[in-house]
This record gives sequence, structure tokens and C-alpha cells, in this order.
Amino acid sequence: MATVKMIADGVEDEEKWLTAGIAGLQQNAFYMHRALDSNNLRDALKYSAQMLSELRTSRLSPTKYYELYMRAFDELRKLEMFFKEETRRGCSIIDLYELVQHAGNILPRLYLLCTVGSVYIKSKEAPAKDILKDLVEMCRGIQHPVRGLFLRSYLAQVSRDKLPDIGSEYEGDADTVVDAVEFVLQNFTEMNKLWVRMQHQGPAREKEKREKERNELRDLVGKNLHVLSQIEGIDLDMYKDTVLPRILEQVVNCKDELAQYYLMDCIIQVFPDEYHLQTLDVLLGAFPQLQPTVDIKTVLSRLMERLSNYAASSADVLPEFLQVEAFSKLNNAIGNVIEAHPDMPILGVITLYSSLLTFTLHVHPERLDYADKVLGACVTKLSGKGKLEDNKATKQIVALLSAPLEKYNDIVTALKLSNYPRVMEYLDSETNKVMATVIIQSIMKNKTHISTADRVEALFELIKGLIKDLDGTPDNEVDEDDFKEEQNSVARLIQLLHSENPEEMFKIICTVRKHIMAGGPKRLAFTVPPLVFSSLKLVRQLQGQEENPFGEEESTTPKKIFQLLNQTVETLSNIPAPELALQLYLQCAEAANDCDLEPVAYEFFTQAYILYEEEISDSRAQVTAIHLMIGTLQRTHVFGVENRDTLTHKATGYSARLLKKPDQCRAVYACSHLFWVDDQDNMKDGERVLLCLKRALRIANAAQQMSSAARGSTGSVTLFVEILNKYLYFFEKGNPQITVDAIQSLIELITTEMQSDSSTPDPSADAFFASTLRYIEFQKQKGGAIGEKYEPIKV
Amino acid sequence: MNYLVGAFKPPCNVFISFADGRNRKQVVIEPIHGKKVEHNGVKIELLGQIELYFDRGNFYDFTSLVRELDIPGELYERKTYPFEFSSVEMPYESYNGVNVRLRYILKVTISRNYVSNIVEYQDFVVRNYTPPPSINNSIKMEVGIEDCLHIEFEYSKSKYHLKDVIIGKIYFLLVRIKLKNMELEIRRRESTGSGPNTYVETETLAKFELMDGSPVRGESIPIRLFLSPYELTPTYRNINNKFSVKYYLNLVLVDEEDRRYFKQQEITIYRLLES
Repeated sequence: MATVKMIADGVEDEEKWLTAGIAGLQQNAFYMHRALDSNNLRDALKYSAQMLSELRTSRLSPTKYYELYMRAFDELRKLEMFFKEETRRGCSIIDLYELVQHAGNILPRLYLLCTVGSVYIKSKEAPAKDILKDLVEMCRGIQHPVRGLFLRSYLAQVSRDKLPDIGSEYEGDADTVVDAVEFVLQNFTEMNKLWVRMQHQGPAREKEKREKERNELRDLVGKNLHVLSQIEGIDLDMYKDTVLPRILEQVVNCKDELAQYYLMDCIIQVFPDEYHLQTLDVLLGAFPQLQPTVDIKTVLSRLMERLSNYAASSADVLPEFLQVEAFSKLNNAIGNVIEAHPDMPILGVITLYSSLLTFTLHVHPERLDYADKVLGACVTKLSGKGKLEDNKATKQIVALLSAPLEKYNDIVTALKLSNYPRVMEYLDSETNKVMATVIIQSIMKNKTHISTADRVEALFELIKGLIKDLDGTPDNEVDEDDFKEEQNSVARLIQLLHSENPEEMFKIICTVRKHIMAGGPKRLAFTVPPLVFSSLKLVRQLQGQEENPFGEEESTTPKKIFQLLNQTVETLSNIPAPELALQLYLQCAEAANDCDLEPVAYEFFTQAYILYEEEISDSRAQVTAIHLMIGTLQRTHVFGVENRDTLTHKATGYSARLLKKPDQCRAVYACSHLFWVDDQDNMKDGERVLLCLKRALRIANAAQQMSSAARGSTGSVTLFVEILNKYLYFFEKGNPQITVDAIQSLIELITTEMQSDSSTPDPSADAFFASTLRYIEFQKQKGGAIGEKYEPIKV
Repeated sequence: MNYLVGAFKPPCNVFISFADGRNRKQVVIEPIHGKKVEHNGVKIELLGQIELYFDRGNFYDFTSLVRELDIPGELYERKTYPFEFSSVEMPYESYNGVNVRLRYILKVTISRNYVSNIVEYQDFVVRNYTPPPSINNSIKMEVGIEDCLHIEFEYSKSKYHLKDVIIGKIYFLLVRIKLKNMELEIRRRESTGSGPNTYVETETLAKFELMDGSPVRGESIPIRLFLSPYELTPTYRNINNKFSVKYYLNLVLVDEEDRRYFKQQEITIYRLLES
């Protein structure tokens, strides 16, 4: 409580002091103005000195002091104008320069001296360099940090446009720029010393506050570097030989964290890129000499960022980078810095390498070995530290790893970086997944073709966070939707992997398979289907080729692929995902059929049937499965009579054993197609078709009766209409077993049923029946063979 | 003009004037309208006096010269007497100090019978110019308090003329105390009398701030002090065994507890002939 009050008082008092200071300043400024108006030099000097005495206060914080300073600054501009007029009126500037030095107090004296000095330089009665030298020397008298900083900042301000730079009107004889540089450097050095010293002023408990205040003043110091960067006359040689070494000397020697960080950054920001490039040795040499607490990584990163941007700005500058071996220098520097600061947090290390990587990607996009080297160095540093716990560090690694992807837009390039996956090892599994997703998205976005098994291997190594549970501990926390999203993206990725070369493609498939098999039951459901379809695609490609293009015994054959597929799909049954497995088996069976591989197709059907029998118990799933099996089997023509009989028999059997009557009915009439395949002459067994249909009718009848018994109404006639349609189909196809009479009696049956009292009105069934009748009518009117065929049917 | 005479309504006015520099000086005696002045002769004296205030009333004439201007007689009208003190020794400068005054006077005496003499004084100032000294060493010194403060200071010269400027620097070799500021004082030390009766008077003529804030080791602070704004005299040493005026530069360092650390150095001031 007491402390709070004290601070509050402090702030209040400060406000009071500032007000008092401003009042004093204004009062003296008023008298000064009067003296100026009446051309009274003596009074002007007297009151300006008194006015400036307000700046001698030690009671204000830098911010408040600045406020006071700015007011004095404005007044001094007026005084400067007056001095200028005074010299025009015949007062010797040299006398004036002496006169202001009579002031007894040093701070007002020096402000006045700088002000007159400015006029003196403009008068050109003495070389600018001499006056500047005198001013900057005299300012040594102010050793108080804040007052000294502001005074010197004033000096910098008034001298800014008066430096004897090349092309300036104050340019002197030879080597005049040297003087300008010397002046600014000296002022800079002194200001920095004062600034650094500020932290030791006052009690230790207020250190934090002081550091904050110091930070507010940093731009006063940095301004000098900015002025230096504006001096036209500083060419590369001078920068290299004088300017930079002098600045760095000061930066290193001041041994102050805040100053070193700020000034290094300042150097990097204010001087031109090509200078940095040409003085990399010197600049980088300073880094290991900085205080261990300095945030070197940020500064160094910014340097690399700047250089990267510079490299990106124009291709013309790239040779410069090569010429100075920028990469190896930066690489060494980072190594040295890290070595010199063994306590540097891992975040810092990664940030540095990340920046270096960005740099090398910009400057040496063709040198993958450089990028790999950087990653390698990163791995070395990470090794032995285990997984990263630090959130920021993890983010930085993601940035590091994303950089090559963004640069090359091509994962293939990144896959060549052998250290890439090794870096990923250090990510926690969550981040690893994020990174893997990033990689996959990059591939999707750029439609990257990954067409060799080696690369696929490397890629899956990278994205293994998505492929399997890392650390062997399944993460139960994962959100279901997220998981689906992840796995779907893996599935999409698998689809994208493709090689024109079947041999290679097969290798790819094997590689993918190897990886996804480790994924555990939850993932397999997502990853197996795309793999199966990818494989089937290959099968179809091979099937299209007349002969084996390789002429080798061991080459890829559909048979081999099917073997693999069989094993692959089998894994699904262990999950269990029987429906999915069944579908895939049927897909495989169909493909095998197309390849004329009867035993293979039979095996797949068998597997599907087994699954149906043993695993699929849900009646709805059963219905779906049955229809799939029937559909597939119908299209299959590879089987001999015996195999086919077995399979169709089984299918019909399953159909009849479905739980619900309508389902039974529909499955059974669907089975009729198994015996009648249009383009296969040996598969037109009209009798068995009829048997199926009759059986369907019986079931439909039974369904009607069951319905009537259970609910008192006979239910819909839909099933009958559906069966009628089947009749018409086979009738049209020329099945001799389907007679006009049969059709006729079925129509009548339906009509009777519909008119019966106990029937449930069903508008859709009515409509269906009506349109079926319309069809018959339509066929009749068509004439020709079809019309004749239909003619006898009476509607 | 002498008003003292006017109080008693003397019969004449006496004017002493320097026509120009050393020569052709004259005394004019002008009787008051219509009066005649009887006298026993007119003389003019040139006196160099040292007046010590604590010894009031006593003058020490270190120079005394007399010239007869007129033989006894009567004056009816204005009369001009040119006079001349050639080759007078005026070794000392006029000085008006705290405890002592050195002055030069022209004294005209009209001697009269029965009534008091008519006396008229005219002060004049003597300044002696000195050529620039052939030897003028710098003052350089290292001083300090052990393990606390060590400084080295340097003034470029030990002898300065009145319009000179003191150039120098202070170099901090060791600073273990928190300094607040530093100033340079010019002090004048006037000592009068001799032996046990010596009176010393010290005045600080200038306080010139050299530094604001606390320096660290290795800092070097410049000095540039113009002497012209201050009312200085040359250094006087043992003038006629009566007094001395000496000048000192006093370097004062003040710490945050307002303790003062100082070092005093004598400098010689001389009057340089202005060209």
C-alpha cells in the first residue's frame, strides 16, 4: 500500500515539477523574446541562459524531460534566427561564439554554444569540421546521462544539415567526409556511453523502471547511426574501414544488453544491404562478443531476413552473395554464437537456423545441400533434448520445415533433404501431425507428382505422425472430426501417388501398404480403400497392355497385385470393418474378372461370402451386401459353370434368408439376373430366371398375408409391380419361359389386389403400376417385332 | 574640479589636466571673478601612495616629486602652467582592493600666508604592460584521495593575460564517489601588511561550471574559461613590501552529499599590451 502511494506521489510530484519547469521556461522565454525584439543581445543571452537553466533539473523522468526539452528546442530556433540577424547587423560571429561561453552554468552554456555554432557553420567563417569538433568536444562537460543525451541529441539535430559531406555546401578540402563521419561517430559514442551509464543512476530497486526509461531514449542514440547512413560520402571502403569497426567497437565495449541488442539491430536496419554483404565478416564477428543475455537470435534473424529480401529483390545481386560466401559465413557465425552461448534456449537456436534456411533458400535455391546442412546442424543441436516442450520452439520448427515447401512448391525437393524427417522427430506428436498436414496440403495445392517409391518412402517418413500413433501411445484425446479430416487427407494423398511405370507403381503401392499397415484399426478404414483403388488402377493399366513390357519373369503382374490386395483387404476384417472389406473384395473380384483370372476372382468372392456369413449381421447391411454381391456376380463372366453355380446358388440362398420379406423378395428377383446375362449366350437360363421370379412372387404373397395378418391390411402392391417389371424385362429379352399368360395373370393379380377392400392405398404404387401399364401400351404401339410381342398382352 | 575648495569659497578654481599622455600637461588657475589670489608660490607634486585601510590615515608615499609652478606673487586672471614630470618611476599599478589602495595623485598647492593653502588633487591611473612571458609552462598535476578519486588536470599555461582564455582538461583516473558537478573558481588573494600584522582577504571572482553529472573512469572534461568577463588585475607581488595580490584557480568537485573536493593552483596574471 505504502509503495503504491509513494509511486502515485512520485508521479504527481513529477507532474508538478514539469509544470513548474515549463512555467519557468516560459517566463524567461518571454523576457528573451522582448530582448530579441529590441535587439538587446546582452539580455537575450541572459534570459536564454536562464531559460535553459530549467533543463538542469534532475527531477523529471525522460519522458517528461523530453517535453521540457522540446519547448526549449522551439525557443532556441528563435534564438538562432536572432543570432543570424545579429551577425548580419555586423556582430562578429566569432565574438558571439565567445560571448555565449561566458555563461557560468555549463548546460545553458553548451546549448547556446551549439546554437551559435550552427550559425557559425552557416556563416562559413570557419571550416565546419573545426566547429563541429569543438562542439562535440565541449559537450563532454555534461556527464549526466539524461541531460547529456538530450544535449547531444540537440547537437546532432542542429548539425545534421551542416555536415561536411560530399556535395554539401559545407564540404571542405580533401577528406572532408572523414570529418563528418568522425563527428557523428564521436557524438554517437559519447551518447551511447551516457545511455549505458543511465542504468547505474539511482537506487537498485528502481532498475526495472530505469531500463524502461532507457528504452524510451534509445532512438536518441540510434539517430546517430541513421545520420551516418545518410552521409553520401560514406562509400563501401569507408564503411568497411572506419564506420562499421568504430560502431562495433563501441557496441561490443559497452557490454550492455539493451544497447547491444538495439544497436546491432539499428546497424542492420539503417545501412544498405550491399554494405552488410560486403562486411559480413566484421559484422558477424561482433556477435559472439556480445553479452550472453542479448537476444542475438532476433538480431541475426533480421539480418538474414534483410539479406534474403535483398537476394530476392533482384537476380543481379546474387553473384555478390556467392562472391562473399555469405552462406558459409552466416553458418559459421551462427555456429559460433551458439557455441559462445551454451545456455541459449532451444527456441533461439531454431530461430537462427530457420532464418538461415530462409536465407539459403532465397540465395542458393539450387544448393539443396546447404539447406540440408542447416537442417542437419539443427538436428545436432536438438539431439539429446528429447521432444520439444516449448510451444514457441515448436512453432518455429514448423516454420523451419515449411520454408522449403513454400520455396520449392514441391515436396519432392524437400524429400531430398535427408535431415528433414530427422528434424520432425523432435516435434511433439500433435505438431508433427500439423506439419504432416502442411506437407500434404502443399502436395495437393501444387499437384506434385511423387512418382518413385523412394520418395514415397521419404514422404511417409515425414508424415508418419498421421500414418501411425507415434510413441506407441494412441492419442485418445483426438477430436473425431479432426481425425477424420486428417485421415481423409492421407487418403487423398495416397490417390495422388502415381507412376506411369507399372513396376515403379507397384513399388509405390508396396511402400504405401507397408506404412499404412502400421496405422492401427482406426486409420485402416481410411487408408486401405484408396490403396486398393490405386492398386486396381494399376491392374487395369496392366490389363490394357497386351504383353508384359518388361519381358521379365519377376515383373509386376496383376496376379501379384491381387495377392497383395487380398492380404490388404484382409486386414480390414480384423478391424473389424466387414462391410468395407466386402465392398473391396467385390471390387477386386470384378477387376480379377476383367483380367480373366478365374481362381483369383473366385477367391475374392469366397472372401466376400465368408465375410457376409460371419461378420455381417445387421439386416440392413446384409441387404446392401447382397445387392452388391449380386450385382458384381452378374457382371462376372470369368467363371466356369461349376464355380458360377456355386456362387449364384449361394447368393440366391442368402437372398432367401434375409430377415424381412420385402427384402427377401427383392433380393430374390434380383438373383434372376444371375441366370440371364445379355451378351453371354451360355448364361441364359430362362427356367431358373422364372424360378427366381416365381419364388419372388411367393414371397411377395407371403408378405401380403403377413401384413394382412399383422395389421389387418394387405399392404402395398409395390412388390408385385416390381416383379411385373422383371417379367416384362425378361419377356422383352426373349426369355421363352416368360409367357404372355404369366404376365397377364400377374397384371390381373395386381389389379385385383388394388381393388380389394383390405388393400392399403398407396399412391406411389398406383403410379408405378400405371406407368408400367403405359409402358406396355407404348411398346404395343411401337409396332414391329416388339409390338407384335406385346400385342397379346391385354391391359 | 575640487569641490572641497568650493565649500570655503576659495578665491580661485584650479584645473589639472592631461593634454595628452605624458606630455604637455597643464595646471590652470582661474581666480573667481574679480578676486585676486595672493600666494607664496604654486607647486605641483606627483605622489605614489599606498593606503592600508587598517592603518587608516597613514599613507606610504613610494614616489614623491615636486615641481615649482610659480614664484610668490598675485594672480588676477586665469593662468596656465604647463608641467612636466619626465622620467618618473611608476613601478606599481594603481589598485583598489579590499584592504589596500595604491594610487597616484597630482597635487597642486597654492601656498598662502595667514589662510590655508589651496590644494587641488587629481588622481590618475597607472597601468604597466608586460610583454608575453618567455617561459610559460603548463600546470599539470595529479591529485586524489586514495581509492576514492584520482584526477589529473592540466591548464595549458601558468601565466595569463587579462583577456586570456584558460584552456585545459580534467582527466578522471579513478572515480568511486558519486560526483554531482565540478567547477573552476578564480580566486583573488590580497595580503596586506607583514609579519604578524598580515591581513589576507580572499575573494572568489568567478564560479564557472565545468561539468554536470557524474563521470566515470577515463572521462576527460574540457576547460575553456574566458577571463575577459571578470574584473581581474595583474598579479602583484610584494608591492613596496606592503601588499600582494595573487590569483588562484580552484578546481572544485562536489559530490552528491555536497562534499567539496578542491585543488588550488596559483596562476600569474599580467597585463598584455593591447595592440
